[in-house]
Amino acid sequence: MSGQVGLRGKVWFQALTGRDCPLEGDPGSVLTADATLGNETARFLCVVPNPAARFPCARRGEVGLEESYTLAMRVREAIEQDANGTKRPLIAIVDIKSQAYGRREETVAIFLATATAADAYASARMKGHPVIALVVGQAISGGFLTHGYQANRILAFDGSDVVIHAMHKEAAARITLRSVADLDRLGHQIAPMSYDIHDFARLGLLHELLHIADPDKPSPATVAQVQKSLMEAVADARAGSKDLSHRLTSEGAREMRKAGLAARALMEEQWHHD
Amino acid sequence: MSTTIAAPAFVNRHSFIELDARARAQSLMDPGSWRELVGPFDRIESPWLPLQGIAPQSDDGCVVLKGTIAAAPSVVIALEGGFQAGSMGEVSGAKMTAALDLATQDSQKGKKTTAVLLLETGGVRLQEANLGLAAIAEVMASMLVLREHAPIITVIAGTVGCFGGLALAAGLSSYIVMTREARLGMNGPEVIEQESGIEEFDASDRGLIWAINGGEQRVAMGVADELVLDDAQEIAAAVQSYVKAGLPQVHRSQQVELYRRRIAALDTSGQIDPLTLRQSWNNKSREEGKR
Amino acid sequence: MELLEFDYPSAVRHVTRKAHVGVVGSGDMEVLMEPAEKEGAHVSIRTSVNGFGASWKAVLDRFFARYDGAVRIHINDAGATPGSVMLRLEQAVEVIER
Repeated sequence: MSGQVGLRGKVWFQALTGRDCPLEGDPGSVLTADATLGNETARFLCVVPNPAARFPCARRGEVGLEESYTLAMRVREAIEQDANGTKRPLIAIVDIKSQAYGRREETVAIFLATATAADAYASARMKGHPVIALVVGQAISGGFLTHGYQANRILAFDGSDVVIHAMHKEAAARITLRSVADLDRLGHQIAPMSYDIHDFARLGLLHELLHIADPDKPSPATVAQVQKSLMEAVADARAGSKDLSHRLTSEGAREMRKAGLAARALMEEQWHHD
Repeated sequence: MSTTIAAPAFVNRHSFIELDARARAQSLMDPGSWRELVGPFDRIESPWLPLQGIAPQSDDGCVVLKGTIAAAPSVVIALEGGFQAGSMGEVSGAKMTAALDLATQDSQKGKKTTAVLLLETGGVRLQEANLGLAAIAEVMASMLVLREHAPIITVIAGTVGCFGGLALAAGLSSYIVMTREARLGMNGPEVIEQESGIEEFDASDRGLIWAINGGEQRVAMGVADELVLDDAQEIAAAVQSYVKAGLPQVHRSQQVELYRRRIAALDTSGQIDPLTLRQSWNNKSREEGKR
Repeated sequence: MELLEFDYPSAVRHVTRKAHVGVVGSGDMEVLMEPAEKEGAHVSIRTSVNGFGASWKAVLDRFFARYDGAVRIHINDAGATPGSVMLRLEQAVEVIER
């Protein structure tokens, strides 16, 4: 089980790209590299802990100001470089604690910083770049909205320490005035509240749940397995639409998002009424 | 001869903040031009809240009005701050996304349709957690498609303000209109105090909260566009002017280099004085001719 | 969470409009009032506060003692007091009978 959030992300960035440090001029918390994926080059991006970060509240794998603007820059750089050619895949390796919770962050408008990074990822997707999110650890709240959730396809490792959620369990317990045990119980009953990645998979948002034997120390065979899944996701993304409509047509959506789909259908019917 | 004492302007004000989401949305549209879509009588409610003993609302806290503003086709999507703090769930998210997508479809067919978002919200509805978060990601994606055709105007009036994941939606908007009472930030003061300690942010310090997140500060530092009085007519006038202005030359969330450099130039050794940003940030926007 | 239902068969006057008032905030409720499909009035209440069936009936009895519209009423309630309930019902009637 990975100790600190973000370390597994770094392991996988290294495993998939052969590199483990940021590009020149980038902060230590954002790793970017262009590396081979199948028979093409893909750009891999990962947010990792950086104890030396300039912003004290963004040192443990949070997505903060520098992280957001660096991601936005590196994504837009790929868009610009590929403007007249093949749109390289963008692979967001996700293992993030959350967004950065700090006064400096609020003062200088982290809401805009995170929006800017999400805008970049979405713009890439809209221009035809296959954007894939590979959740290897945690993907929480605003951090995930910024780095990963605008992807065409989302893949996640199958593991008890892989969590996609709107808020950490302890914080959620405090805010909703329940115990952590209560939240676990509630999660069994109410799938969207669950912290279990299998329940997340039922919502129809995940492209693939990957069974990984050694997520913290992957063997070459494991790395090859993940690369294969990434390539397949890239191909699937290229064959599909450039928007997120895919998430609404999955079996999981039809099963678990009935009310949302009904609202959508009725809105469409009523919109054209005049 | 009688002497009339003129009532001060504020007495004649019609507070926007005191209106519920539906009344706010109605007040922005050309009278008689609008109709509500997927409204209360359609009863598309949250399937998740009753499972937890929480009373749902017939419109799931999201009001969609289709009509015209300043005679231009528009859709107003308003979140009800009085219901679950305006938080986004499966249904309210679906309504917002669907309305944005339909505005896009119309725009692509030649009927440019502006979206106005009334964001009175704390973000994700924790009782629907992952469906709320997914909905916000989908709202953001749909905004970015519409934004290629027509402007998206966000109004934040208070008292809830705009926090959480939907603060990113505000960040993607073409224009943001705020009152003094309103606040805009990603993380609320309580969450910061909880996650990073009271030294980092004392959530009981109201002065500090508004100094950082308040409408006046956000407009003065150039990350929101206009500060308006809490008056329904004035807010409607502001919205009309942005509808008429159309798409801006560039959106704030596309200005990567500008903001990356600004962040890099900050002295992070201590807290950052919000007032200094009013000088260093807003002046520069004007110089660079961005807005 | 409780779902309560009440019928008032003597409320037979035909109405044509519908009304929606209120927000489901803490201590508040929303009322949806519309013409009933058949004669008589029907009320359904979804409330997050259990055990107040008698209290709801008392308020509704008082309301329908004065109101004879054949309405279908649905209420989503998050703990409104009887006084607030009556107020919301009256606000809805004002819209219907305008």
